[in-house]
Amino acid sequence: MTALPHGTSPAAAAAAAAADEDDALLTLDDVVKHFPIRRGIVIKSEVGQVRAVDGVSLTVRRGETLGLVGETGCGKSTLARCMTRLYPLTSGRITFDGHDISRLSPRAMRPYRRQMQMIFQDPYGSLNPHRRIGSIIGDPFAIHGVADGPERKRKVQELMELVGLNPEHFNRFPSDFSGGQRQRIGVARALALRPKLIVCDEPVSALDVSIQAQIINLLQTLQSELGLTYVFIAHDLSVVEHVSDRVAVMYLGKVVEIAERAALYSTPRHPYTAALLSAASVADPDRAAVRQRIVLHGDVPSPIDPPSGCRFHPRCPKAQEICGRVQPDLVPVLADPPKHVTACHFPMADGEKLGPAPAEPADAHPPGIGMR
Amino acid sequence: MCGAFILFLVLVAVFADPLSHLIGWGPTQQDRATGTTADGLPVGPGRIHLLGADQLGRDVLVRLIYGARVSLVVGVSAAIAAVLIGVIIGLCAGFLGPAVDSVLARLMDVVLAFPFLLFAIALVTVVGPSELLEIAVIAFFSWAAVGRIVRGQTLAIREREYVEAARSLGAGNLRIMVVDVLPNLIAPVLVYVTLLIPISIVFEATLSFLGVGIIPPTPSWGNMLDDAQQGGLYQVAWWFLTFPAAALVLTTLAFNLLGDSVRDALDPRTERLFAK
Amino acid sequence: MPLLEVRDLTVSFHTSDGLVQAVRGVSFDVEKGHTLGVVGESGSGKTVCTQTLLGLTPGADVSGQALFDGRDLLRMSPAELQRVRGARIAAIFQDPLSSLHPLYTVGWQIVEMIRAHRHIARSAARARAIELLDMVGIPQAASRVDDYPHQFSGGMRQRAMIAMALALDPDLIIADEPTTALDATVQAQVIELMTKLQTEFDTALIIITHDMGVIAETADEVMVMYAGKAVEKADRRTLFYFPHHPYTKGLLESIPGSTAAGERLRPIPGQPPSLISIPTGCAFHPRCQYVMDRCISEVPPLFDIAGGHTSACFLPTQILGLGEDVDRERASAAAAGRAENGAAARLAARATEEIETAGVHLPDAGVLAGAGMSDRSRGPRTSQNSPDDAGTQP
Repeated sequence: MTALPHGTSPAAAAAAAAADEDDALLTLDDVVKHFPIRRGIVIKSEVGQVRAVDGVSLTVRRGETLGLVGETGCGKSTLARCMTRLYPLTSGRITFDGHDISRLSPRAMRPYRRQMQMIFQDPYGSLNPHRRIGSIIGDPFAIHGVADGPERKRKVQELMELVGLNPEHFNRFPSDFSGGQRQRIGVARALALRPKLIVCDEPVSALDVSIQAQIINLLQTLQSELGLTYVFIAHDLSVVEHVSDRVAVMYLGKVVEIAERAALYSTPRHPYTAALLSAASVADPDRAAVRQRIVLHGDVPSPIDPPSGCRFHPRCPKAQEICGRVQPDLVPVLADPPKHVTACHFPMADGEKLGPAPAEPADAHPPGIGMR
Repeated sequence: MCGAFILFLVLVAVFADPLSHLIGWGPTQQDRATGTTADGLPVGPGRIHLLGADQLGRDVLVRLIYGARVSLVVGVSAAIAAVLIGVIIGLCAGFLGPAVDSVLARLMDVVLAFPFLLFAIALVTVVGPSELLEIAVIAFFSWAAVGRIVRGQTLAIREREYVEAARSLGAGNLRIMVVDVLPNLIAPVLVYVTLLIPISIVFEATLSFLGVGIIPPTPSWGNMLDDAQQGGLYQVAWWFLTFPAAALVLTTLAFNLLGDSVRDALDPRTERLFAK
Repeated sequence: MPLLEVRDLTVSFHTSDGLVQAVRGVSFDVEKGHTLGVVGESGSGKTVCTQTLLGLTPGADVSGQALFDGRDLLRMSPAELQRVRGARIAAIFQDPLSSLHPLYTVGWQIVEMIRAHRHIARSAARARAIELLDMVGIPQAASRVDDYPHQFSGGMRQRAMIAMALALDPDLIIADEPTTALDATVQAQVIELMTKLQTEFDTALIIITHDMGVIAETADEVMVMYAGKAVEKADRRTLFYFPHHPYTKGLLESIPGSTAAGERLRPIPGQPPSLISIPTGCAFHPRCQYVMDRCISEVPPLFDIAGGHTSACFLPTQILGLGEDVDRERASAAAAGRAENGAAARLAARATEEIETAGVHLPDAGVLAGAGMSDRSRGPRTSQNSPDDAGTQP
C-alpha cells in the first residue's frame, strides 16, 4: 500500500464548497479502499482487487445526521470502517475535527477513538456472549483507563439508565436480553466516552419494526440531548429518510448523489437514486397501487471489475454513449444549490419520469461477489 | 460414573503411602519368602498378595497404586503444559495476522510431522530418562494439535463483530486476545484437555514400556506391562499383565467419557447454564 | 370450498428451557388464486405455523386440522406428504442460498425435483427447467442452467427458487420472508415477478413477512400474528386503514414512513414475550396502552367486526382506524374498563409513558460529560424512573 499523492479532485472541491468549512467534523477526500484478491497454493499472488470504496469525498457536519444508503455490495459498510479507521486506507485523506487521521497508527488513533464510535448491525454478534453486560459497557472506560472500580460501575449503570435498560441488570449476560435491548447495550457502549461522532452501521436492520422505532427514537433523543453527530448507514430508505438531515447515495463504491433529505426524496437527480426510491416498499396499499416503479434490470456488477465511465450505465434507462466513457463528477446539476450534488451526465429534470430500462444487456458482468 | 472413577484414582494416588502401609508391602519391596513359588514363579492373587506378585515378588496392587500416581502426574502435567503452549501459540497464530500465522502454523506442521517415538527414544538415549524429561517430551509432541484447534477457533472469532467493536473502542491486540477471544476458547480447550490427559497417560505408558520413561524400579503402568511381557512371563502369570492393562484401559475410558460430558455441558445450547 | 382450511392449529415444542408454545390455536382459509399475508414479529409463530403444514417441524406436538383440498395435511403419512409437497404445495424460503444445494447445478436441482414427481425423460425435464428459468427472468437461461448456486446473485437465486416452486404447477405456494434477504430494487423485481406469475397460474399464495410494505403490495387477506395467535384478520385495505387491534395499530404506526420525517416515531413499548412464558389473558396486554382489567385475566376470542374482519380485542368493535381522534376514543373506552389504580391502570400508564419518553431518562446533566474528566464531586443521581420499568425487563 503506497500513499499516492492526491490532488484535490473536482468532486472534493465541490463537496468542500458545499459544506461550511468551520462546520465540518469529518471530511473524506477521495477515499479509496481496495481489498486484494490473492490466489495460489504455495505462493499467493495478487490476481485482482475488490474496489469496495473507490474515491469517495464527503463532509459530515457537526450535529447533523448524514444518511448513507445503497444496496448490498455498494461499499457503505466498508466506507464506515474507513471513516473510523478500522481499515487502513488504500489512498485518500480523512480529516476529523481538523486533524488528518488517514495514516495514523493504531496507537496514535487511540485518542481519536474516544471521539468516534460505532454502533453495529448485529445486536447478537457485536456483544461477546461470554461477558457480563456491565463489563461490556465498561469496556471503553477500561480501555482508556478512565474510571475504575465503583466509579466505573456507577457510570455504567448511569449509561444503562440513559439508554432505557434496568441498571440492576448489570450482571446479566447478553443472552438474557432480546434483540432491541442488546442494541441498547451497543448504544450505551458507544456513548460511554461521550464521543462527538457515532457511525451507525445498519443499527436497526436486524430488529423488528416496533423495536426499530424504539431504537430510532432513542438515537434521536440522545442526539439532541448530547449534541451528537451521526453517520447513519441503512438500506431501508424510509428509516434513512426519517433520521437524516442529508443523504448520500452509494452505488458500486462511489457516491452518486448527496443532498438534503427533502431535496433528495422529492427531486432525485441521479437515475439510480430515482430507481432506488421508486423500489422502496410502501406500507400503504393505495399508494403502493398507484406509484410508478422503475424496475432495474440485471444485477449490481462485480466491484472487482466495475463498468467503465459511470458505473451505473449498463443498467441505466437514460444511458448514452458518453456514460460508458467518461466518469461524471459529483457536482451541482441543473439549477441545484451547491449542497445538492449529483454524478450524472443526464440528470433527471424536475418531475421527469424514467422510462423502462433498456432491454437486458448481454450478461457482461458476473454477479457481484459477496461483500460486507 | 467416570467422574467417580477418576476421583477414586486421584484419591488412591494421593494416599498411596498410607494405602501401601495398610496393605503391608512397599512399592519396590521384594517378598522373596512368599512372593514367588519354589520354582521361582510369581504367586497369583490370594490372601498374601491380593492381586498377586511379580517376578521379583513385588505386590502388584501396591505397584498399581504407585503407578496411578506416576500416570496421573505425568499425564495431567503433560496435558496442561501442552495446552498452555498450544493456546498461547495458537492464539498468536490466529490473531496476529498472516505474517505471524505463516511462521507459527508452519512450526506446528513441523512438530506434527516429527516421528514421535524415534525422537523420544533418541532424546532419552542422549539425555537419560527422567520423569521431567518424559513430561517435556509428551508436551512437546501434543501442543501442536491444541495449537491448531485454538488457531482455527481464533481465526473464526477474530472476524466476529464484537472483536471489531472492541477495536473501534481502541482496544489493543493483547486486550482483545485476553478479554474477548480467550473466554470463547475455554469450552473447546477444556474438552480437549480431558481428551489429552488419557492420550498423555498412554504416551507415558508407551515410553515406560519401551524403557525410556520411568526408571525401574519405580513402578509405572507402562514398565509393569514391560515386566510382564519380558520372557513371556504373562503366559503363566496372567495377573501382572491383566491388572495394569485394565487400569490403563479404564482410566483412558473414564477420561474420554468425561470429555464427552464436558462437551455436552459446554454445548452452546446450554451455554447459559455454564455461564452462571 | 377454500383450497386450504386450517382450524385451531396448535404447535408446541418441548425444550430444555420449558414448553415453547409456538402456535396457539390459529385458524385461517386460503382461497384458490388468492394471497394470504401473514405478518408478525420474530417469535410470533408465523413461520412455525406454515412449516407445520409442510411437515417440517419434527418433534413438535401438533393438534388441529389443516384440510388441503379436503384432506388433512396433519394426518398424512410422511410418504403421502412427500407427494403433496413440491407437487401441489411448494415453498420458497428466506435464504435462497441455504435452500439450494451448493454442490449441484441449479438446473440439476430443478430437473431432480421434477423427476421426483413426474415420470418424464431427463432431457424433457431439462428443457422445462430452462423454460422456467427463462420465465422468471434469468438471462441466458440455457447456459445459466448449468451454473452452481454460488454463481448466481441473491436475486437470481431467489428467482431460481421461484422457478423451482413453479416447476410442478402447484396449487399453493408458501413463501416465507421471500424478499427479506434482498435489496430494495431486487425485492421490487421479485415481488413483481411473484404477483405476475400468481395471476398467470392462478396459484394460491401464503406470504409470511414482517414487512408491512410487502403485505401492502401483495396480500388479498392479511392475518396479524402475535405470540402464537392470530390477533386480527381482514382484507388488505381494511387492515391498513381500519385496524382494530392495538397491536396492528402499533405495527402500522412504528413504520418510519407513517410519521413525518424528523418527528418522533410511535413504537410499541416493551419487548415481545417469550413463547415459554406467555402473559395471561391477552398476550399483548403488558405492552398495550389500552389495557383493561379483563385483558389481564381473560383471553379475548376473535370478535367479528364486519364482513370477514375479526379482531381479538375487548375494545368496542366500532372503534377502528388510525389517528388521534380514534386514539382518544380508544383511550376513553379503555379507561372505562379499568379500576382506579388497578394493575391494568398501572400497566397502561407505564406503556403510555414509555412511548412518550422512548425509554430515555436523562440523568443529571454532566453524568456523561465527565467520562474523561476527573470531576468526582458529582452529586447523587436524582433520576426518578421506577426501578421496575416494564419495558426494560428481559
